[in-house]
Amino acid sequence: MNLNDQKHAPIYEALNRFRKQRVVPFDVPGHKRGRGNPELVELLGEKCVGIDVNSMKPLDNLCHPTSVIKHAEELAADAFGAAHAFLMVGGTTSSVQSMILSACKSGEKIILPRNVHKSAINALVLCGAVPVYIDPRVEPKLGIPLGMELGDVRRAMDENPDAVAVLVNNPTYYGICSNLKAIVELAHARGMQALVDEAHGTHLYFNENLPLDAMSAGADMTAVSKHKSGGSLTQSSLLLLGPNVNPRYVDKIINLTQTTSASYLLMSSLDISRRNLALRGEKSFEKVAQMAQYAREEINAVGGYYAYGRELVNGDSVFDFDVTKLSVYTRDIGLAGIEVYDLLRDEYDIQIEFGDISNILAYISIGDRLQDIERLVGALADIKRLYAREPSEMFLAEYISPIVAATPQAAFYAETESLPIRETVGRICSEFVMCYPPGIPILAPGEVITKEIVEYTLYAQAKGSSMQGPEDPDIRYLNVLKKGG
Amino acid sequence: MEFWFNDMHTQNVQLSIRVEKQLFSGESDFQRIDVFESPEFGRFLASDGSVIFSEKDEFTYDEMIVHVPMAVHPNVKRVLVIGGGDGGVARELTHYEEIEAIDVVEQDKLFVDVCRKFFPANACGLDDPRVKVFYQDGLRFLRSRQDEYDLIINDATDPLGHTAGLFTKEFYGSCYKALHDDGIMVYQHGSPFFDEDEDPCRAMHKKAYRSFPVSRVYQAHIPTCPAGYWLFGFASKKYHPLEHFDKKRWEERGIKTWYYTANLHVGAFMLPRYVEDLLEEEENS
Repeated sequence: MNLNDQKHAPIYEALNRFRKQRVVPFDVPGHKRGRGNPELVELLGEKCVGIDVNSMKPLDNLCHPTSVIKHAEELAADAFGAAHAFLMVGGTTSSVQSMILSACKSGEKIILPRNVHKSAINALVLCGAVPVYIDPRVEPKLGIPLGMELGDVRRAMDENPDAVAVLVNNPTYYGICSNLKAIVELAHARGMQALVDEAHGTHLYFNENLPLDAMSAGADMTAVSKHKSGGSLTQSSLLLLGPNVNPRYVDKIINLTQTTSASYLLMSSLDISRRNLALRGEKSFEKVAQMAQYAREEINAVGGYYAYGRELVNGDSVFDFDVTKLSVYTRDIGLAGIEVYDLLRDEYDIQIEFGDISNILAYISIGDRLQDIERLVGALADIKRLYAREPSEMFLAEYISPIVAATPQAAFYAETESLPIRETVGRICSEFVMCYPPGIPILAPGEVITKEIVEYTLYAQAKGSSMQGPEDPDIRYLNVLKKGG
Repeated sequence: MEFWFNDMHTQNVQLSIRVEKQLFSGESDFQRIDVFESPEFGRFLASDGSVIFSEKDEFTYDEMIVHVPMAVHPNVKRVLVIGGGDGGVARELTHYEEIEAIDVVEQDKLFVDVCRKFFPANACGLDDPRVKVFYQDGLRFLRSRQDEYDLIINDATDPLGHTAGLFTKEFYGSCYKALHDDGIMVYQHGSPFFDEDEDPCRAMHKKAYRSFPVSRVYQAHIPTCPAGYWLFGFASKKYHPLEHFDKKRWEERGIKTWYYTANLHVGAFMLPRYVEDLLEEEENS
């Protein structure tokens, strides 16, 4: 990375030049620097609406970058160690989908972890590719999905030598990392592309003590959710390419669905945050890691909570752990993660990222201060004092290997009917059935419903597991493909 | 030369103080601290641009936050002061011989250093042998304390700034836990007058009212505070600020004060109707 070049932020600089020129707008957007929408100016401020402008010669065009956006993408590529970078304005969903649409076509196979993000399955609905799922192992006490085991990946590749790509979710929401480098090598040895959903991994690129990032691991494409740990505006994202991917083809794929009026607020935020990370990221994320570690120690000292860290590392399904993630197991004080999540918000004015059945996750970032960490720890201590109960047993989910009978695309467009769940055995499901914890689908669109699956679903439900996905929230009915349809 | 310091009390109201000269300006991890010399208020200290106290009016809240609980609780031995790094509260506490320990927890060492240098009449309170200063976050200090104190004084003033953590449910909960069964907590309750101050003021009462069996509010007139009007909270596990007020005992101590008197003690709990109403609304909400 060339640090001197990284001091520039070409889109930001172009916007500053543009503002000084006081150009009279006879183009869109019609609010004309906010004058046509005073309430919007009141909300967002004059500076903000003043740079909400359209593509024009001095500001380049995201659909076909030739000047400042091109330069910003080159700087981003250099900062992230990629061969090419695309600024994305449709969220990391658009990055993940462009990545998958670039890697596989209709009827081709892609190997995925079963707990893959919805955006990836939706990409399969769009392109008609066939999923081959891998069981993410589950941590038995915490109930969280882990990474992909190398043996499972190898087996899936052996059984599906015609697969064109493998997708790795790395790190997971909880900070769990797979053996990315080895998975990439396995894929490349078989001529498959290695794709990474790195939505929770922007920071890995800027601190050497954190787990390996996808580009360093040799991945072909990775979707980086810059707005999460990277500090850019919500909905902005990056798609990074390795040296063996044709950027012109990926560009064509992106432009199938990308807006032709990309927001300069989003693009400039990507540009400025890239500069910030390149120049100051190493130090910032050192501080984030220290704060998270401090919080872990203090929360564990409160007792009853388990804020986990590197001790989970087992060399395979937990190959590495992202220490900036602060996940806390709450069941030993008799409270579900979601209950602690609600208490923190309703009683303590603290909003955390999420709570599941057994854990909460507090997002620690470059914007945090130690006094806020103290509030979080203090609130957890107070919750324990006021609300702790006797712990109850947790239902432990089992992994049932899915039978994919139709592609997600075929299942999505097929004619369906709603049947009582016990009458669906042998039919092909058209919807998701998720079980929390650990948030891994029992059924995905296009999969055969077996007797085992029906019984397991009813059993998990009776055990108090939260079941989500189907149209019928009580899961008495499931939508299945019509016969002969 | 015209040299004025403007303290923004709201976005639309400011208090202007003529300044003779600036004595100090510095920035810590927590705040920017400035010290000025002024003809009307003497020396005053500002944190992030807001007046924290002045030589002219600091006696009001230092006295009101100390003597009110001390005239109620019959036997205070251990006191915890959160914030209060200027030493004014500790100084008032040192008048009481029965107090054995005064722990002052101030997270910002720069604040203490600046007060020692520019406000020695306050900071002398920190030199009493019973006083121990901890440079720590108040919430963190409290987390490990249980059943240790008779009186906790929260001297932090800003519920929205860097001391926001000291105006939260978890703070009141931690104080409750750190107090003995008959302990009292008093705290800065803000000013109820301007619209933008009203919500934090309401929220504080709501939290304290739900954390302690006894929760009353009292008032004082402090010129450098927004609208010149300031409230204090009296939260207690057992003692009521008026029913258990021992007027005779306090007067016999012969402590020299400039604001607090035994008569004023009772009067300070008599609140204007609009303040009573907003407090009651929070109690019943």
